[in-house]
Amino acid sequence: MSLYYVQKYLYELNRSPSVQSDYRADPIAAVEVFAGDGELKLTTEERSALTDPDIGKLYHLGVNGQILMHFAAFHGIEWADYLERMRDGIRTHGPVREGVYALTTEL
Amino acid sequence: MSLVFAGVCSHAPGITGRSDLADPDKRDALYAAFDDLHDRLEASRPDALIVIAAEHFANFFMNNMPSFAMGMADHYEGPIEDPDWLKIPKFTAPGNRDLSGRIITEVMKTVDVSYAEEWLFDHGIAVPLNFLTPNFELPVIPVNINCQGPPLAPLHRAWAFGEALRRAADSVPERIAIVGTGGISHWPATPDSGRINEEWDREFMDRWCRNDRSELLDYDDLTVYADAGQGGFEIRTFLAVSAAAAGAKGTMHFYEPIPIFAVGCTTATYDL
Ligand SMILES: [Fe+2]
Repeated sequence: MSLYYVQKYLYELNRSPSVQSDYRADPIAAVEVFAGDGELKLTTEERSALTDPDIGKLYHLGVNGQILMHFAAFHGIEWADYLERMRDGIRTHGPVREGVYALTTEL
Repeated sequence: MSLVFAGVCSHAPGITGRSDLADPDKRDALYAAFDDLHDRLEASRPDALIVIAAEHFANFFMNNMPSFAMGMADHYEGPIEDPDWLKIPKFTAPGNRDLSGRIITEVMKTVDVSYAEEWLFDHGIAVPLNFLTPNFELPVIPVNINCQGPPLAPLHRAWAFGEALRRAADSVPERIAIVGTGGISHWPATPDSGRINEEWDREFMDRWCRNDRSELLDYDDLTVYADAGQGGFEIRTFLAVSAAAAGAKGTMHFYEPIPIFAVGCTTATYDL
């Protein structure tokens, strides 16, 4: 339940080559350096969504699409596939939990 | 000297990044409209270009989010996105720190604006510049209105900001051009990407061209969100240009919904 920190990590990743290379080398360790131990900043669910990576889960959690689309591109995910993964996230996990990037059409 | 140019255009990253996926006729017509906007801008012989954009977490985040921000540097770099994704190569755009400082000082007399001595351009500025100043020869003053991370400054404050920019432009000896970039209705970077409310867009642009303050401020974020999507929050940039145009009437030169670009692609100018 810490969407702010999920987005903060992705914001830093999107704009910083050094954060990107740390993530590429070891995503789990990189996210832990950012968030520390425990669930104060990132829950277990959020950590694995970031490290898997699970684009659909991140969308469901409410990550702003302007941040998420660059994370998808960083992982080499093509545009049409990115859109489909978000839909899959809604199918699997339910509606977007918070924020203004909710789905407005039918699945 | 004064404001010599005021216009608006779209900035969606797909316009360059997904150009190969669009209907070629529509894409080429849009690119021709951008070229026409370029020619109009050049004909106004500006000394500097203020770009009012709505950035997307390139420089500003919810740890310290300004409602209004302006760049104050001698150069800016971009794009922050992967150049292969945006299909715009890395560039350095000229700024003018001294001119920015004088304009910001004047704006501050009525509007609290943050200033930034470094600023990475994202597609919100890089896509318009790619067409309007492709050789990066014109000094740019980047401006941001927060349209991404609510709470957002209400529309009448975006209007007041536009008025302040006009007063500031009129207070300096340089010839100032201003371009707003954004929206109009769209649902970018969601699974609804490609949804466009053409009727809403045309009604909005009719109002934009008439440039009547009360008509343009007769929107609110709840109805904008329902009718024009979260991307519609970017009308703030268009409204700021309307206010800067100080009652001048406008012309929409181009409008075409291009779903793969995720927006009704638009160019328009005011007859100052
Ligand atoms: Fe935008």
